[in-house]
Amino acid sequence: MHLAVLVLSPTTLVHLSPVDLAIIVFYFALVLAIGVYLKGRANTGEDFFMAGREMTAWVAGLAFLSANLGALELMGWAGSAYQYGILATHWYWIGAIPAMLFLALVMMPFYYISKTHSVPGYLKLRFGEPARALSAISFAFMTVLMSGVNMFAMAKVMQIVLGWDINFSIWVSSLTVAVYVTLGGLRSAIFNEVLQFFLIWAGALLIPILGLTEAGGWANLKVLITQRASEQYVHLWSGLGSFSANPMGIHWTGIVFGLGAIISMGYWTTDFLVVQRILAAKDIRSAEMAPIIGAGFKMLVPIIVILPGLLGLGLLPMKLVPESVATVTHGYSYNDVLPLMLARYCGPGLLGLGITALIAGFMSGMAGNVSAFTTVWTYDIYRPLINSKGSDHHYVSMGRWTTIIGVLISVGTAYLVMRSASIMDYVQALFSFFIAPLFGTVVLGMLWKRATGPGGFWGLLCGTVSSISMWAWVKVDPSALRYVALSPDAKALAQDMYQALWSFIVCVVVTVVVSLATKPLPDSALTGLVYGQTEIPAIGDVPLYQKPLFWAGVVAAVFVILNIIFW
Amino acid sequence: MTEETKTASSVSIWFFIGLSLLVNGVLILGAGVYEVVQPPPEAGRVVLFGYHAGVWWGALLAVLGGFYCWHFSPKRVAK
Repeated sequence: MHLAVLVLSPTTLVHLSPVDLAIIVFYFALVLAIGVYLKGRANTGEDFFMAGREMTAWVAGLAFLSANLGALELMGWAGSAYQYGILATHWYWIGAIPAMLFLALVMMPFYYISKTHSVPGYLKLRFGEPARALSAISFAFMTVLMSGVNMFAMAKVMQIVLGWDINFSIWVSSLTVAVYVTLGGLRSAIFNEVLQFFLIWAGALLIPILGLTEAGGWANLKVLITQRASEQYVHLWSGLGSFSANPMGIHWTGIVFGLGAIISMGYWTTDFLVVQRILAAKDIRSAEMAPIIGAGFKMLVPIIVILPGLLGLGLLPMKLVPESVATVTHGYSYNDVLPLMLARYCGPGLLGLGITALIAGFMSGMAGNVSAFTTVWTYDIYRPLINSKGSDHHYVSMGRWTTIIGVLISVGTAYLVMRSASIMDYVQALFSFFIAPLFGTVVLGMLWKRATGPGGFWGLLCGTVSSISMWAWVKVDPSALRYVALSPDAKALAQDMYQALWSFIVCVVVTVVVSLATKPLPDSALTGLVYGQTEIPAIGDVPLYQKPLFWAGVVAAVFVILNIIFW
Repeated sequence: MTEETKTASSVSIWFFIGLSLLVNGVLILGAGVYEVVQPPPEAGRVVLFGYHAGVWWGALLAVLGGFYCWHFSPKRVAK
């Protein structure tokens, strides 16, 4: 009998040895030490909120990627790979790479030249105070609520996987995050995100290496998966010709236009949680290179997320089921596939590193949420709307207090979700409402100089309201999915894709119509903010291999080749 | 890649990463070697136990971490 089976008691998936616990304790000690060490370098607003704008392309790029590489992301997408097969890779490739390259080459110059502290800050410069207020308030509160939801979900995972008490997990992790972000600000958050990046790879890379060894290589794994599920589980595109021909129930138009063109563009180019890392870059070349470096590594992430899910599908002796079924039958759910694979291959020490990687992913995700919330609250809500005459020192103090309050709101949300699980679905849905319309507003603001302040505000508002309306319509009448997602065979993920597409279109149409009906802004007000009115600073006389355009071309070529290989 | 991630009197982020990999590598290597010397009963072994992943993976992390610690050590960088 294997250890993977032996350790699976009815209440916990794995048991840790003393050396595993030592590795986890060392991680907590190290992140706290980093926070204490960086305290002396977070004295001014630029230091605390923007990490001094001195990060290299590598540090900013890895932090940019890590802010999105949370533990729930890892476990959730590994579970999705088990459930839907290799189709889940779309969220890492077409659902990220084009958007990251677009951010680097098209949008980053405007963010960077405008010297804004945040995405809502850019909206203020381009469209005025109403657009900023709408975006800042929605982002700030959704961010801390999401942080709380993730906190509860992670504590629940720790309870299931390790048998840890939920209260213990919530308070230890949140207090640690509160300490190191309050002390070191964004720099501390970024340093820990880069540390997390290395821990995740060190902790998770053994699973695909040993898994492929056990399976006898990729070709044999495909045979095993085809025998257990179907051939469509190992093809990226060939089954997307119709909704019913693939395990995800999605059409290629949803993947290309909904996910690739709207959702991923919205997330990677306008979600301040990730963009904030790039704004901390030391110069414009670093700011452009950072998302390209992030994109290069993003293409590799399926090796430690999707491949373990596929290996689980091909190799695990038990059949995993949806969470709702697992709760009733006391079996294992799709989301358990990553811990199960960890337990299958990792002995003492390696198991501790794998669990540390999950904890690190959760904590740095939370730190990212809290630091983004702190910046938006201080610069886009408190300063313009409540106290515009404070000193720099006052705003740094406000930032530190806001960090603590943000963590406490997150903890409160976690306990709220504990009392009523349905709140989690609502908060996650709420967050998705703002992404696609915000992308429409920002991209029109950057690329179309005729867009006006009222156009930007009403476009953003109408796009958001349309997104909420479609979600509510399907909630009240599930058969409405045939209209929203264009097919009665469509599933939940397909609904998200099309909902984003329609809300983006509503935002763009309203912005265009209102802008054409209102007075255009003078060219002088658009300098540094809009394409055609802005002189993009030259990157300098650098060799070809240091040019962002060159590396973007390399990443784009690899992206195309990978999609063809796994077609 | 180090210049802007430190100040004149500060420690590079890469040093912290090296420290993390080194300590984790040594702990994993130690646990792996212990399992080679004192193998657990058959029933308590992970899949592919014979590959002794803890030994070579721990050694790899320790070497990589040691190199980072040396290359980005505050003393060496300050010179």
